[in-house]
Formats: sequence, structure tokens, C-alpha cells
Amino acid sequence: MSETYIPVLLLFGVSVLNAVGMMVATHILNPRRSTPQKDMPYESGMIPLGDTRARFSVKFYMVAISFIIFDLEAIFLIPWAVEMRYLGWEGFIAVSIFVAVLVVGLIYEWKKGGLEWD
Amino acid sequence: MEELSPTAFLISSSIKVFAVFSAAMLIVAYMTLLERRVSAFIQDRLGPNRVGPFGLLQPIADGLKNILKEETLPATANRTFFILGPMLSLIPALVTFAVIPFAAPLPTPWGVVDMIVADIPIGILYVLAFASLGVYGIFLGGWASNNKYAFLGAVRSSSQMVSYEVALGLSLIPVLMLAGNVTLTDIVWQQQLMGFWFVFPLSLAFILFVISAFAETNRLPFDLPEAESELVTGYHTEYSSMKFSMFFIAEYSHILMASALMATLFLGGWSIPFWNGANAYYHDGAWIQGFTAAGEPIPAQLAWWKTLLTLLAFAVKTGFFVLVFVWVRWTLPRFRYDQVMHLGWKVMLPTALGYLMLIAATILVLDQLAVEGFLFGFVLTVVSLLCTLGFVFFLDRDRIISGASVPPHRLTPSPVTRAESETLSPEMAARALGEQ
Repeated sequence: MSETYIPVLLLFGVSVLNAVGMMVATHILNPRRSTPQKDMPYESGMIPLGDTRARFSVKFYMVAISFIIFDLEAIFLIPWAVEMRYLGWEGFIAVSIFVAVLVVGLIYEWKKGGLEWD
Repeated sequence: MEELSPTAFLISSSIKVFAVFSAAMLIVAYMTLLERRVSAFIQDRLGPNRVGPFGLLQPIADGLKNILKEETLPATANRTFFILGPMLSLIPALVTFAVIPFAAPLPTPWGVVDMIVADIPIGILYVLAFASLGVYGIFLGGWASNNKYAFLGAVRSSSQMVSYEVALGLSLIPVLMLAGNVTLTDIVWQQQLMGFWFVFPLSLAFILFVISAFAETNRLPFDLPEAESELVTGYHTEYSSMKFSMFFIAEYSHILMASALMATLFLGGWSIPFWNGANAYYHDGAWIQGFTAAGEPIPAQLAWWKTLLTLLAFAVKTGFFVLVFVWVRWTLPRFRYDQVMHLGWKVMLPTALGYLMLIAATILVLDQLAVEGFLFGFVLTVVSLLCTLGFVFFLDRDRIISGASVPPHRLTPSPVTRAESETLSPEMAARALGEQ
């Protein structure tokens, strides 16, 4: 079974070589005439104001946390989905309980305003 | 038709790897041309048509130009990550092509070669895993640039991709229920065996998958990460020359991959509609075409021309979705960011969850009643169609479908309420209220 992964490794190797090759090719071939103005971060022609690495909205963090929960849910559902017709109603009820717990979590987050963007 | 010897396996796999890789790169290059020509057609322009006949050499000219252009590196950027970003974005995008079955198996003097780079048992999970790695490239690139536009684009992009990945994963689950396996070969085979494409019995899953795929590939109407009017070009603002190209190649590979996935999961992959002569599946040590009514396997009749025909069928299906990607770009306006998040978390996620439980229950009820074959597909189609109608009308609500048939008197601006009038200047408020 494991020999089916050999072509994947081959393709991975080719892709990495391709990416590195592009980088090296453009690095060797392109001209370099840098000036202080050219090396400035682009900010619509203005001299950059302040630092980029400032704080940003906590909403993005909330999304990341919710993602972990619900993507794990999807991952947990996949093994059941594949064997769903063999597991029958017992499996369905077990999964319903699992989904119901997560739906309660979703409703809670929704009502608490965790999904709001304003 | 015996199995391939280890040497033949290695040689055939290497040929397939290089063929698929070069085909992917070539198609991606020509997708840029296709996109520009179709955009031009939609906008009643000519588009690039000077380099070669019909502009066919334009992608090569673009590639050469990008390699020879000067690249800039902001003085305040983080050098290592700045270089790593495009590479991390490109590699996962190209690696995912390994598990797509693109044609019927090809008989050769050394044995039967299946037309898939690697038929690994994890199938679709491999695609999901690698496709989501693309986020790292985008985020590293945007963060390392030390540019505010790039940073905002990167944050938006990763947040959006992460949100729609949930809906994408959940919309796949009904497909896996019907296919009973996660490998794409099995998904194609089940569609051939059942005789109907999954797009019919699982229409709502298909719609959810398409919407999520648009969001995952950062295409309009979900192209907020690179919203030109607000973020210049988003996460690759600071990138130039080949590094910029690499982000672009990655994006177009994702589009190609998403199109290939839609064709494989929902449109029967490489199978030819209304003809099961080319069907083939490796079952208990032999290639079979299907089963007789008694459950006896029918041996498959493999031929090189069938491989070619099925490859053509797959190309047509994938090409159609690539066209849809371009078409939608010039049809729909961009969402606002809160609308994107609202759609992802409050509409797509609950719909996908409810739909998959409903489909599971329907399949179990049908199994209990011992319903099979055409009737099985028909009942599922009807259930899905009802769900789809409900979903579309819930989402639509007087906007597109019914919006087109709104009687003229409802198109007049809604009267100003007293509460709204308080935000207006006194004379404007008096006029607005007086007109009612």
C-alpha cells in the first residue's frame, strides 16, 4: 500500500524544484538597481506611517478558534460518513448527539455575538 | 492483463508525474490568457491578441518578462519569510493534482496503467490537507512584506479561507456517504455504478461546494483579500517579478484544482454520460466494467481510444468550471467583509450541517425500505431539490430571482420614517416627510 505514495513524493519533489528553480532563475537574471525610495513599503506614494506590526481586530482570532472546533467536527464526521450505511441508525443517533452538542455551541457563540462583524 | 512490475510502475509513475505537472503548468499559463480574453469578450473589448495568433504566445511572453524584471524587496521586510511566502503558496497548489483521476485506465504491453498519479487511500483528505496549507504562504507573504495593505490582505485572506473550509468540508460529507470511500477513484466509480452523477441527488451539496470553492480560491465575489479598490492588490502588494507570478500561478492552480474537483465529485469525473462502455474499476484483482443483475462482475474492455475519449470528457467538464470562474468574476460585485463572514458562518455552516443530517436520514430510510437503483437516486434528487429551493429563496429574498419580477410600484424608494428623518437637515426632513 505504501508504494502508492512514491508518485506523490515525486510530484512533491518536482514542485519544490520548480518553485526553487523559479526563485533562483529570477534572482540570477533580473537587474538590481535599488534606491532608498524603491525599498520603501508601498503606501500609495506616501512615506509609510507607523508600523505594520500593530495590533489588529480580535475578530480574526475568534474566527480562528471557531474554525478549529468546526473543522474538527467535519474531520470527525468523515469516518462516519464513509461507513454511514453500515452503521445504520445507531451510528446516526450517536452522530446526531455529537452534532447537537456542537450546534448548541454554535448557537451560544452566535447569541454572544462572536460571529458579528461591526 | 497482469499487474505492473515494480520497474514498470516506477517508470509509468514518473511519466505520469511529469505529464500531469507540465499539463498543470501549461493549463495554468493558458488560463491567464483565457481569463483575459473572456473578460475582454464580456466587456466588448479585444483583449491580448498581438503576440502570436489570437495572442496564443502571450503567456510565454508574460512568463519571460516576469523572470527578467527587477524584483523589489522592501527594506523593512523580513527577508526569509518574504522569499518563503510565494514558494509555500505554490508548492501545495501543485502537489494536490496527484489524486485526481483524469481518464480511464490505459492498457499497455506491460500491464494496465491507471490514469491517476497516485491512487492513495486517503484521497480527498489529501486534497483538503494540502489545499489548506496554501494559507501559510499567503499569510507569511503578507506579513513579511511589512506593508499595511499586504498585511490586511493576508489577515482577511486567511480568515476567509479558514471560514469557508468548514463549509467545504461539510459539503463533501454527503458525497462520501454515497461513495462509501474517500478515494476519488471510488467516488468516480460509484457514480458510474449508480448511473447518475452526484450533482443531481446532492444538488445542495454541490452549490455549497461551489460557493466555498470560490471563497477558498479568493475569486470574485469573494476576492476581498485583494480588493483593488481598497487594498491595492492585497497580500502580494510588495511582490514583483517572478515572486508575484508564483502567487498568481498558485491562485490559478487552485482554480484548476477546484474545477477538477467539482467535475470529479459531482459530474462523474472522467465518465462519459449515457455510455458505460468505458467504465473501469479495479475490483478483486481484475478490471471490471460493472455488475450483472446477479452480482457477477463484468470484465472491463480497456482500449487506448477509450482513455483518450474519457480524458476529453474530463477536460470538457473541468474546462466548463474554469469558464464559470471567469464568467462569475465579471458578473457579480464584491461582498463586504462582514457579509462574507455572515454567509460563511451563519448561512453556509448551519445549512451544510442540517443538509448532511437530512441526507443521512433519507439514505437510511431508503436503505431500510430496500429502495435501490433509479428510485433511490430519484428520491434523493427530490429531497435535495426541495432543500436547494428553500436555500435559494432564503438567500435570495427579493434580490435576484424575485427581484427581477418586482412590480414597478415596489421599485420606488421606501418612504423616509420619522426616525430616519431626524438624521437629515431640518429642511430635507420637512420635504421628505411632507411628500408622504
